[in-house]
Amino acid sequence: MKKYLVTALVGFAAVVLGSSVLAQKTTAEGIAEYRAMLADGNPAELYEAKGEGLWKQARGPKNASLDKCDLGKGAGVVKGAFVELPRYFADTQRVQDLESRLLTCMEQLQGFNAAEIAKTRFGDGEQKTMESLVAYISGESRDMAFNLPQKHTQEKLMYEVGKKVFYLRGGPMDFSCASCHGEDNKRIRLQDLPNLTKQPGASTGFGSWPAYRVSAGDLWSMQRRLNDCYRQQRFPYPGYASDVTIALGVYMGVNSKGGVSTAPALKR
Amino acid sequence: MSDPMRIRAQAQGDKTTVRVLVSHEMESGQRRDAAGKTVPAWFIQSISATWNGKPVMSAQWGTAVSKNPYMQFSFKGGKAGDKIAVTWVDNRGDKRTDEAVVA
Repeated sequence: MKKYLVTALVGFAAVVLGSSVLAQKTTAEGIAEYRAMLADGNPAELYEAKGEGLWKQARGPKNASLDKCDLGKGAGVVKGAFVELPRYFADTQRVQDLESRLLTCMEQLQGFNAAEIAKTRFGDGEQKTMESLVAYISGESRDMAFNLPQKHTQEKLMYEVGKKVFYLRGGPMDFSCASCHGEDNKRIRLQDLPNLTKQPGASTGFGSWPAYRVSAGDLWSMQRRLNDCYRQQRFPYPGYASDVTIALGVYMGVNSKGGVSTAPALKR
Repeated sequence: MSDPMRIRAQAQGDKTTVRVLVSHEMESGQRRDAAGKTVPAWFIQSISATWNGKPVMSAQWGTAVSKNPYMQFSFKGGKAGDKIAVTWVDNRGDKRTDEAVVA
């Protein structure tokens, strides 16, 4: 019995201990190694599997599945959809990111109340469903290159809005997104910060969300990540799937062009 | 209803390595919710694995194991096509078994 206990490598704690021995390496290398060790057992996979089931399962007041949901590449097409979002949708006449598009589908196809879901706390009720869905959908575009469309005037407008918002300074600390993510070689504590204004930083940052966050023990969608950015800047909550969050998505996504999506990734 | 585990088993030489990703809250019983009430402990107490029905690993877990834990172990023997089954039981008495085939 005891022999078996020793051979079993249990949980993340053991892996963290392993990487603390690597003091000579830079922090970035250390973190990269930590991620590589965990990549084999990224719990995001559990969410992907669950999300695939939820996508195909008949749910909601209308008891319908999401397999007629159009994510931009035609009804029900999931593969490759993630690396072209946010984009303009003719039926809703607005630019939508993955989460806002899913809200539309869940309302129109399944009969859920989208406004109600947007107000729900992260990790509760249908927000939990959302996390699994984004894990599945982004996972279907893993290792594909970002190629956001910029043909429609709305898409171009949202890029410019996103850029404005990215550089907008405000709040009690006079912060903007660009304060942390607008230059190369910045870091917060020991974590390197990607420069989201150009490649390769943009796809390193934008292209790794949704991700499983070990410290949170949960899968975070891009919306949840942006919400946390706003909290860290001491800005008011931007609103789930609001236009401002979508505009930032367009800005970062277009800047990521050519870069590869690694979502759903694994974060510390 | 618990979610399925992800099990991968690979035979190499004279040993087989099994990697398991378990979906479980693993609530420690030390946390409080927004209302200040203790969140009751909820964790896997025992986990075991069999190779073609024969036990090859068993472990007792506690509250110090992380949420959605990853477990890896290896045993002597095993070849492609063999069946691996992993079973856990938590402190609420819930149990789950998932199977995989050795690659």
